[in-house]
Amino acid sequence: MSWLSLNLRAVYGRAYPRVIGVMREISWILFDIFLPLLGIAAFIFYYRAMGAPEVFTGFVIIGGAMTAFWMNVLWSMAAQFYWEKETGNMSLFLIAPMSRMAVLAGMALGGMFLTTIRALSTIVLGFIIFGVSVQAFPVLDLLLIFGLTMVALYGMGMMLSSVYLMYGRGAYNVSALAQEPIYLVSGFYFPVRQLGLLLAGLASIIPITLGLDGIRQVLFGDQGMGFLPVGTEMLILAGLGIVFLVGAKLSLDYMEYLGRREGRLTLRWQ
Amino acid sequence: MNLKAHWRTMRQASWLGWQLEANWTSPWLFLAYSIMKPIAGTLILVVMYLVVLQGVGNNIALFSFMYVGNAFYVFVAQVMLGATSVILEDREHYHTLKQIYIAPISLYAYIIGRTLSKAVIAAIACVITMAFGMVALGVPVQLLQVDYLLLAVAMVIGLACIFMIGIALAGVTFLVAKHSTGINEGIAGMLYLFSGVVYPLSVLPSWGQAVGHLLPTTYWLELVRRALLPNLDISAVSGLGGVSTLEIMAALTVTTIAFFALSAAVFRYADRRARSKGKVDMITSY
Repeated sequence: MSWLSLNLRAVYGRAYPRVIGVMREISWILFDIFLPLLGIAAFIFYYRAMGAPEVFTGFVIIGGAMTAFWMNVLWSMAAQFYWEKETGNMSLFLIAPMSRMAVLAGMALGGMFLTTIRALSTIVLGFIIFGVSVQAFPVLDLLLIFGLTMVALYGMGMMLSSVYLMYGRGAYNVSALAQEPIYLVSGFYFPVRQLGLLLAGLASIIPITLGLDGIRQVLFGDQGMGFLPVGTEMLILAGLGIVFLVGAKLSLDYMEYLGRREGRLTLRWQ
Repeated sequence: MNLKAHWRTMRQASWLGWQLEANWTSPWLFLAYSIMKPIAGTLILVVMYLVVLQGVGNNIALFSFMYVGNAFYVFVAQVMLGATSVILEDREHYHTLKQIYIAPISLYAYIIGRTLSKAVIAAIACVITMAFGMVALGVPVQLLQVDYLLLAVAMVIGLACIFMIGIALAGVTFLVAKHSTGINEGIAGMLYLFSGVVYPLSVLPSWGQAVGHLLPTTYWLELVRRALLPNLDISAVSGLGGVSTLEIMAALTVTTIAFFALSAAVFRYADRRARSKGKVDMITSY
């Protein structure tokens, strides 16, 4: 078997249980689609209580939908190696002859499946329920910025997952910390430019910051209150994608070496 | 089983819960970690407010209403998610749920005990968030004018109710996979949406207001706000201006009793179903 087909099979093999796992309990899809809408609705009513312009409703729906991807990257990509260690799968992954990147790519593709269903459903339902109207927009731009965001975001998730080759509960708790603070600095519920140039610039290291900002600009035009021009954001996202994917490979190799040397790769319940 | 045994179970479980929560790092780092999430959550709302209304003072009643509601909602989020994480951690991570089941202890007492550590963390986060609001953002809480008796009674009844909702969700968790945290977050989101945590109930459509009036958290937060902000006309913002504090206390008590019954029924059903379907030791690795 060639190197390429081996790794493609590994990608397929790791993505498969995630997709099939979803099909096993169809009710989970309903929960995953409808229940997050409640939290989003709360932020919409909060804006309405203050008399905010209607475009903010759209901001919240897009931001709320994108939280699904951030949560997926955080818990089903980065922290997944923690669970694999705990359940004993990690040693099997390491013994098998495929690349660790192929395993992570499989996780990413499988995870993206349900997450995309959830995010798209949230956006469609949210727009219908709350009556958000969108003018004609360049679909290609939207697909491009979304695709670039996903590559960079899941690349970041791959890089973060390497941390779990060495560390356990401490890293897991740091992941738990990366929810609300990231929602704040990445502008999930308001235009990120409101945070000022410095903070918004620093937050741009997280791909979803620019991805969200770009998507809002594409969908809502001038009302999108963008931070940077969409073209610039695409270029930065493309750069981040390359940096994170290369960084993930280097980081995985290094952390695996450290983990082997210190005997932490199979350490459980630490 | 006598009360003493339940108390012992709760005490040991809460100590175990505390160790699981806190012993992965130094106490100071853990404290910073514990308050960072709720502070960030609050700041999201503060920034949203500032984006629209430009300054805190432009609608101080609405701002205080939102701030206090959100600061105390941390109890709901922490306790409810804490109760469900007990099941997930013991079942999927430590693989000890079977042993807990067959031990001669009350599962109720064990879950409450484990969740108590989350309530302590929530209390610390709530106090720090309120202090931050008072000092940095000008939330007008006058410590000498707070109605501490009302606050204490509201907290006791409100927390009892939140614990019971948490136990019901723990029961539901028996039946779902580890990554289905959306259910718990959804329930927390529902309470957040319909209880008027950060906006007046009057903003909701009429059916939404009706749902809000059935939830104990609506009355609990109203009482907390009245106790902390006696000089601010909060009841005019909340839409409960025509209702006396005693009536709201009665509504909180009645809805809490109803949720007690509901929680017990949900937990018993889920427990029985999990056993019959063999889900007590389910491990979801995908």
